[in-house]
Amino acid sequence: MRNPLNSKITGIQPSGIRKFFDIVSEMKDAISLGVGEPDFDTPWHIREEGIHSLERGRTFYTSNSGLKELRDEITRYIKRKYNVDYNPVTETLVTVGGSEAIDMALRVMLDPGDEVLVPQPSYVSYVPCTIMAGGTPVPIELEEKDEFRLTPEKLQEKITPKTKVLVLPFPNNPTGAIMEKEDLEKIIPIIEEHDLFVITDEIYSELSYKGTPSSIIEFPGMRERTVYINGFSKAYAMTGWRLGYCCGPQIIMQQILKLHQFAIMCAPTTSQYAATEALKNGDDDVAKMRESYNERRRYLVTRLREMGMECFEPYGAFYVFPSIKRFNMSSEEFATRLLQEEKVALVPGTAFGDCGEGFLRISYAYSLQDLKKALDRIEKFVSRLK
Amino acid sequence: MREKILTIIEKNSRLTVKDIASILGESDAKVAAEIEAMENEHIICGYHTLINWDKTQDERVDALIEVKVTPQRGLGFDSIAQRIYQYDEVDAVYLMSGSFDFTVLISGKTMKEVASFVSSKLSPMDSVLSTATHFVLKKYKDHGTVIEQPRVDERMKVSP
Repeated sequence: MRNPLNSKITGIQPSGIRKFFDIVSEMKDAISLGVGEPDFDTPWHIREEGIHSLERGRTFYTSNSGLKELRDEITRYIKRKYNVDYNPVTETLVTVGGSEAIDMALRVMLDPGDEVLVPQPSYVSYVPCTIMAGGTPVPIELEEKDEFRLTPEKLQEKITPKTKVLVLPFPNNPTGAIMEKEDLEKIIPIIEEHDLFVITDEIYSELSYKGTPSSIIEFPGMRERTVYINGFSKAYAMTGWRLGYCCGPQIIMQQILKLHQFAIMCAPTTSQYAATEALKNGDDDVAKMRESYNERRRYLVTRLREMGMECFEPYGAFYVFPSIKRFNMSSEEFATRLLQEEKVALVPGTAFGDCGEGFLRISYAYSLQDLKKALDRIEKFVSRLK
Repeated sequence: MREKILTIIEKNSRLTVKDIASILGESDAKVAAEIEAMENEHIICGYHTLINWDKTQDERVDALIEVKVTPQRGLGFDSIAQRIYQYDEVDAVYLMSGSFDFTVLISGKTMKEVASFVSSKLSPMDSVLSTATHFVLKKYKDHGTVIEQPRVDERMKVSP
């Protein structure tokens, strides 16, 4: 028999999280701080709207781009937040989670050999999606001393004549880093000078704990060279509904729509009805959840520092990214030992890029009681290492 | 800061001062002082525990009694309320708008005990015109907490 497989796909490394997941699942009474999703249920009025749509028999396809009403709400949301206009008909598309949008945006923009700058540590899919799209991923290794923000120097360093796309993964999973207005301002001249396109993945934008979050699309000229990606998973605790969206200039969105049309047809209809309700009446829920995350964030950072685990102040998402360099252990070794000895599961920083070595991702999408229990165990473990 | 402390301990009064201080990013001393001040001002009136008595061996009956009264000249409703809430078996007394005047929440060991409270203590009071007693059959949610079953985290243990 011939080899049934495509060599590009087989060459891609499986997610580093997978291996860890398998070990944790085996262990019975392990406490996990390893999830990348909210601990809240989707607010009831949003779930109720989804149920209502089912009761009404709304079990059909929607248009490829998504429900018009939802697209209207999306463009209104972006206008409200960033004062940027997108056409709901030609520049807005509802996707199956932000992940689909990442994949499609890369596929429509890349030709073989085009380079994509991927700041790391970051979400696991940018690199494999770039490879699958025929591009060449070029990691930019962010550093703790910059609070894991993308600096103009770091950006400039990795640009070659082949560079076409810059991924902006902020607020960041796994570091919790954000890019403030001043940070974005500094990289924009470089983007313009080298005529780069930007994929900004702002799935965590509602979970920012410092001032009003900024987006690259706010800056003059940037909207025209940017695909803006957001979704409902994190802000409204809707991960399982699989719903996201992207907005961008028509020339790009036209092609994305084509891909989406042939690969997906349309995002789940029930989820779209629920998401419309989320955007219409969900602001209070988001504010409440944000405040709750923020409380746990402060608690976690304080406790970690007290037990001698250094960490920079993360102002976004729901992760803390402490350094374990002083313990002279690799991230994987630390995480494995912590799991075996104290039964607490964390994700090694290396799952998010090589430069995550020496760090761990701790999620605070857990109740305070769970956090407390887990931190007590981590403290015990760390005190043995000293 | 007071409001923040209150919203936090309203849901979990067992948190230590240190925990609350970490959550709020404030100093321990400042939080302790605020709590003490609020206790003195009777803003914080007590620390209770939410118990699902159905799961214990204890037999308990809860009831809600609607009470109509004639307010007394010069004293209004307050003095009647006082005469009702002094009884130990009374958990709560609220003055209501609408078709009756007081809601009285009461718990007793048996239905008989509750009935006897109503017939021998509450109804005979001078100002009480009528009562309607509703027994609680099952509690689903109390104090913002679903008490039927504990919340189980069904998420995958590790995810990107």
